[in-house]
Amino acid sequence: MIQIKGLKKTFNHKAVLDGVDLAIEQGKITVIIGRSGEGKSVLIKHIIGLLKPDSGEILLDGKDTTKMTDAEFNEVLKRFGMLFQGAALFDSMTVAENVGFALKEHTDLSGQEIRKIVTQKLNRVGLAGVEDMMPSELSGGMKKRVGLARAIVMDPEFVIFDEPTTGLDPIMSDSVGELMLETQKALKTTYIAITHDIPLTYKIADKMAMLHQGRIIAAGTVEEMKKNPDPILRQFLEGRSHGPIKVF
Amino acid sequence: MKNFFESLGQSAENFVKTVGNVTIMLGQSTYHLFVPPIKFRNIFKQMEFVGVNSLFVVILTGTFTGMVLAMQSYDALKRFGAESLVGPTVALSMARELGPVLTGLMVAGRAGSAMATELGTMRVTEQIDAIYTMALNPVKYLVVPRLVAGITMLPILAVVTDFVGVLGGYFVGVKLLGINSGVYIGRTIDYVNVDDIFYGLIKSAVFGLIIALVSSYQGYTTSGGAEGVGRAATKAVVLSCVMILIFDYILTAIMF
Repeated sequence: MIQIKGLKKTFNHKAVLDGVDLAIEQGKITVIIGRSGEGKSVLIKHIIGLLKPDSGEILLDGKDTTKMTDAEFNEVLKRFGMLFQGAALFDSMTVAENVGFALKEHTDLSGQEIRKIVTQKLNRVGLAGVEDMMPSELSGGMKKRVGLARAIVMDPEFVIFDEPTTGLDPIMSDSVGELMLETQKALKTTYIAITHDIPLTYKIADKMAMLHQGRIIAAGTVEEMKKNPDPILRQFLEGRSHGPIKVF
Repeated sequence: MKNFFESLGQSAENFVKTVGNVTIMLGQSTYHLFVPPIKFRNIFKQMEFVGVNSLFVVILTGTFTGMVLAMQSYDALKRFGAESLVGPTVALSMARELGPVLTGLMVAGRAGSAMATELGTMRVTEQIDAIYTMALNPVKYLVVPRLVAGITMLPILAVVTDFVGVLGGYFVGVKLLGINSGVYIGRTIDYVNVDDIFYGLIKSAVFGLIIALVSSYQGYTTSGGAEGVGRAATKAVVLSCVMILIFDYILTAIMF
């Protein structure tokens, strides 16, 4: 379980995170929603250690990861996988090299064994015969799938998804949602996703939380959130330009 | 007036910050260079990119520089009846000064901009973050191989530049301007010491470090999308070239 307590981060005198409190349950899919620029990416960058908070804690198994040394946090990182918004595939490597990269660096497995695992993971995300293709030859949806295969190749306990459906058409978005559900169920992994894709959230979330003005203003199951009368949450879930959230 | 001092202070602060960050990157790279696992494959790949792929351009530059140098120095030395010193003039100029500097400037333009562009693109497309999230150190993986390639390949390229420059000078001096071949070679051997070549090589190793470090830093810290990548590449080349010329003076003052 990951517990985020009172997390604060300021950039150029602007409080992007202003005391975030959130519990991420083991083996579940937690989706964090919120408008663009509200600090969702900043929040996950704190979880994965790319940013250090001004104050607050991120507790993993009771230990504060923000206070760890680089060597200690490196061990934590091995328990994580991450799917980036643009997939962030290494464009100088083939699909197989991309997916097998962490295995090659962190294990003593032979090239053949790595290739076998890579093929298995690619099959799990619904891809076959793409091992020797370059990322530039793949469509947006395929890149996301390869990115997911790369994120789960070390069988991590936690996988973080940064806007998994951005730039995809609705059908492909739905298929990425299906894929997330399938892989999460099969591997019993803890998934943390940030998105402003409401249909995806309703489809996959065990728990959802809304980040607004640097704080979590509402959290709960999909059903609980659908019933929550908070006007900011309602406006966001219903996609209305008029309401307490001002567009300009 | 206040604005002037404000912006002056801001520039000074940015300069000190950048120097500090570059120094930290150099320190991290030195540490990771000696801590296993050493990424030989990445190092050789960068050596090929910086060294082998720059060969053509440095051969071309070196040859023509040697040829021009012979022609110009012949014209000047003839006035004192010292045409026989064209050989040593060309060889010393190439070994001590032009070989390392020209190689540095050429590699900065070719490989430095490419390093900044590649790392900058990796930064804005989150590929560097991806390496980090796989519990790997991006500096070890991306910067160290480039530094090693810069430090090792620039001296080799400088030797090539020196050699083709001397050949070019010989061709112009002996074949076109009619200096006696024996005199040309004999005088060159008389006047050029191993130290001249050796100090030139030290210079080029420093230039290699400057190019790789400045370009990697610019690429690694890129922000602002495609425009940022373009800015990083330009800064990498301009800063590398300026630093090469400044350090050329400092090293010359120290060594010769």
